[in-house]
Amino acid sequence: MNFARQDGTTAPTMVPQMGTAPALRFNGVSMVYPDGTHALSETSFDVAPGEFVTVVGPSGCGKSTLLKVASGLNPPTTGSVTVDSRAVGYVFQDATLLQWRNVQRNVELLAELEGVGRAERARRAADAISLVGLKGFEKKYPKQLSGGMKMRASLARSLVLDPKVFLFDEPFGAVDEITRERLNDEVISLFARQGFAGLFITHSISEAVFLSTRVLVMSARPGRIVADYPIPFEYPRLPDLRFSPEFARIAGEISHTLRGAHA
Amino acid sequence: MSYTDEHPASSIAITDAEVLSHDAHAAAVHVDLDAPPTRKSKREWSTLVGPVVVFVLFIGFWEYMHRDGMRRFLDKKPSLLPSPVTVVDQAFLDKIVRQQLLTGLGWTTYAAAIGLAITIVLGMGLAVLMARAVWLERSIYPYLVALQATPVLAIVPIIYSIFGGGMESRIYVCVMISIFPIVTNTLFGLTSVDASQHDLFTLRDAGSFTRLFKLQFPAAMPAIFTGFRISAGLAVIGAIVGEQFFRQGQKPGIGIVMEQFRQKLRYPAMYGGLLIAAALGITVFFLFSWIAKLVVGHWHESTRRGS
Repeated sequence: MNFARQDGTTAPTMVPQMGTAPALRFNGVSMVYPDGTHALSETSFDVAPGEFVTVVGPSGCGKSTLLKVASGLNPPTTGSVTVDSRAVGYVFQDATLLQWRNVQRNVELLAELEGVGRAERARRAADAISLVGLKGFEKKYPKQLSGGMKMRASLARSLVLDPKVFLFDEPFGAVDEITRERLNDEVISLFARQGFAGLFITHSISEAVFLSTRVLVMSARPGRIVADYPIPFEYPRLPDLRFSPEFARIAGEISHTLRGAHA
Repeated sequence: MSYTDEHPASSIAITDAEVLSHDAHAAAVHVDLDAPPTRKSKREWSTLVGPVVVFVLFIGFWEYMHRDGMRRFLDKKPSLLPSPVTVVDQAFLDKIVRQQLLTGLGWTTYAAAIGLAITIVLGMGLAVLMARAVWLERSIYPYLVALQATPVLAIVPIIYSIFGGGMESRIYVCVMISIFPIVTNTLFGLTSVDASQHDLFTLRDAGSFTRLFKLQFPAAMPAIFTGFRISAGLAVIGAIVGEQFFRQGQKPGIGIVMEQFRQKLRYPAMYGGLLIAAALGITVFFLFSWIAKLVVGHWHESTRRGS
């Protein structure tokens, strides 16, 4: 901002984004799977540092493909994705915990694969476990945990590497409504505290509006972005936000667009 | 360990719907683990009674066949099926016979154990190779199927003519008869790891060695132990089949001892050998069930009841 003034130009309105590289950039990304499925079509958007972007879309529209491409698991057919892949955290649709490891050892896994020393990764795991509220469950095995607790452990596992970009692939689709809302509250508070950039996939509009700074709507396959809604609410967002008229209005609008996209 | 299954009511206590107080969760789980439910002891009682009833019926049937059934239904001498009491008396309470049988048990166990050890090393090695490359799997698998499909008794004479009737030949038979389940179960375990768990490792650029030892082998352990258990039983069968065919007196295993008793028409002693051979097979089965429970029971569901 100071720099801009010395330059004599007008102060930009979107200060945080100005001059900083996006945390994640999709540039004309298309994806055609070997079996001919056309999953993504010419998709372009940025996620700035400190932004939480959620993509909603009809099922089978290529939302998950978006994350596979973003994480580097699948290279795009055309176009490019710019992201520091070392700094990406990935939260899968199911918790994907290793059943033979207890919570502590599961949370340590990624740090272990990165070659972090034993004492250091134990310390980081302890921090992450208390951040997601699993203190006291370190020695439990996945089969002893509820669905929601497994998702918390999965979140903690990604937190250990302190990622700058967090990719969420419909992580709370399989848990009940109450648990989902509580996990959303926790993701919000993690987001506020850790300051990562988030790209979140879901088919729940209220989840999308509640979590995000921006909601993108995707069309049916081949998926492309058809609408981009900034969400104006301040963080920290309290659970009751879901029942405010403004929230309902935005959710209604997105729902309307989504129905259009489905047709 | 098994509280979630046995107490549907209390497992609700650890869902996330219970708000915030995680210490309360921990306490609830703790109580569950400590308090032995009455239903469990009931179940143990019924698991004991069933087998005992069947055992009594079996012994009763045996005794009946000896006294009456052999003549009535089969028109054979009752001495061909001695009474269980006679078997215990002449096979297990007779010091010399008992000594012969126990020596036989020792040699059979020796052959089966070495055969199984070779099978495990060789079988798991093959499975790892086959899991690494599809072309290797395609190249090796048909021959394993062929080996499995060929009756072992058809190969035994060839082994006999080449390697003679000593201990090595018996071990070869053990390996041949028991290798298939180890390879297939290990291969199945190594290759059926969840795709998203693989993705997790791919995202961190894990090498194939790391992947094998931190992901595939641990995930495959339940399947591998199933393979061990099947193969261990087959190794015992292989050892006895080998002994009965080769029949040579050096290092007489239980199969050879039984054959000697048969030739001398000492049926009670022969049946004693049969019972000992059965006991060996059963022991091996439960030994491997127990080891499996010890190694993977704390995280894997289905090993809990030992089969």
